[in-house]
Amino acid sequence: MKRIYLDYAATTPTHRDVVKAMLPYFSDSFGNPSSIYSYGQESKGAVEKAREQVANLISAHDEEIVFTSGGTEADNFAIKGVAYANPERNHIIISSIEHHAVIETCKFLEKRGFEITYLPVDKDGLVDPDDVRKTITDKTCLISIMHANNEIGTIQPIKKLATIAREAGVYFHTDAVQAAGQIPINVDDVGVDLLSMSAHKLYGPKGVGALYIRKGTRLVPFMHGGSQENDRRGSTENVPGIVGFGKATAIALEAMTGEIERQTRLRDHLITSILEQIDGVRLNGHPTKRLPNNVNVSIDYVEGESMLLNLDLENICASTGSACSSSSLEASHVLLALGLGHEQAHSSLRFTVGKWTTEEDINRVLEVLPKIVARLRAMSPLLKSHK
Amino acid sequence: MPDIQSLYSEKVMDHFRNPRNVGEIENPDGTGHVGNPICGDIMELYIKVNGNTITDAKFKTFGCGAAIATSSMVTEMIIGKTIDEALEISNKTVAEALGGLPAAKMHCSVLAEDALRSAIDDYHSKQKKGKSKAKAKKK
Ligand code: FES
Repeated sequence: MKRIYLDYAATTPTHRDVVKAMLPYFSDSFGNPSSIYSYGQESKGAVEKAREQVANLISAHDEEIVFTSGGTEADNFAIKGVAYANPERNHIIISSIEHHAVIETCKFLEKRGFEITYLPVDKDGLVDPDDVRKTITDKTCLISIMHANNEIGTIQPIKKLATIAREAGVYFHTDAVQAAGQIPINVDDVGVDLLSMSAHKLYGPKGVGALYIRKGTRLVPFMHGGSQENDRRGSTENVPGIVGFGKATAIALEAMTGEIERQTRLRDHLITSILEQIDGVRLNGHPTKRLPNNVNVSIDYVEGESMLLNLDLENICASTGSACSSSSLEASHVLLALGLGHEQAHSSLRFTVGKWTTEEDINRVLEVLPKIVARLRAMSPLLKSHK
Repeated sequence: MPDIQSLYSEKVMDHFRNPRNVGEIENPDGTGHVGNPICGDIMELYIKVNGNTITDAKFKTFGCGAAIATSSMVTEMIIGKTIDEALEISNKTVAEALGGLPAAKMHCSVLAEDALRSAIDDYHSKQKKGKSKAKAKKK
């Protein structure tokens, strides 16, 4: 049975061309970019070329890109970096549906005297720009709101939000780990000061990411050590990883328009068919302001992990916001923030399509999912009590 | 291939794929309805008792793979047992009968044990009521 991978938001396979681009930088051009002999300079050149490629993806200047070990580090860097560089201000505003990398970083700061505002979202997952405006004080140093949500795919009005921040003289960071490479981003047009990216979400390797830092933004370095990355992040560069990231962004940029169209079609086909074929289903996230690859539904009366397990038996990989499948045994904070009850969060199922998803794959899901749901509903005690 | 299936033993997967005794019993002699305080899942267990022996058991469960498998297993284990024998079953014995559960999933087997105890409690209280009714009639 062919394996159908529909969890591209979790991670993507590394593109073969990306791997090919990376290979020379392991054993052949292995030099340290900080060394001045030609080996080192070869590596240095490769890193700088990748920097240009990554900058291109978001229309930034090369020197505004700092490579990190991934999206989580980029988020940590942005938030702690601004927090500690601006000691006269101690207030940070984030949304309640941020990735854990942002939320947990803010909770860490909260314990150390910072004040954090967690903004609510509406039923589709959108932040209200007015809420942002109202909560800014003269102590606010940073607003961090994700570009697109990893669970429900909702895309925030980043330009509006960043404009509010700019007018108030507050730095604006966006976690664009899910958005980058999928939808067009132009940092100058939207006016963000900081933006996080990750390579493995866009067919690059794991363990590498980047933080875009607008020229002139005050933030303290994240890793203290050598003077790499313009003194902003010590540590010998992950040359093969960075090269792979660069290549992946170049491929993503080239394929973007076509992929948006193709994936949106697959996404909508899956959403409408699930809603048609199964009753008691709710689409989570905004119906149109959503990533081209994201499908997230709550299927009444059935628990998510048991659906995943059944799908896995059919060789289909998906994910859920159910408490049962999280190591903390807590339901998804994102789904709860939408106003869903615990039972609905429990019943959520996320499919994220990608480069190699076909119409056939979607049809296979549509063939097996209704049967799985019917089987699980037959053993659900919830169904009866709702009759 | 590392996947969620490999999280569970073969026995668990067997009970998950082909759960035994799914459903409800009409006019049960005891019903257990419990919620899992940890992750919020729900199980219902119905028993039919003849003399002192459990002659039938059925369940309905809203929960993860482990919850469904332990529910199924517990019904299989109690049918044919006396009430006292059934009371000796704990979440650990159910988990053992399933060839073990991952540590993070042990709490799901507690759901099955709780449901069993609550069904037996319900049976006992029905018995008492029945007896007092019978007594009342005699008077
Ligand atoms: S029933 Fe929720 S984790 Fe098992």
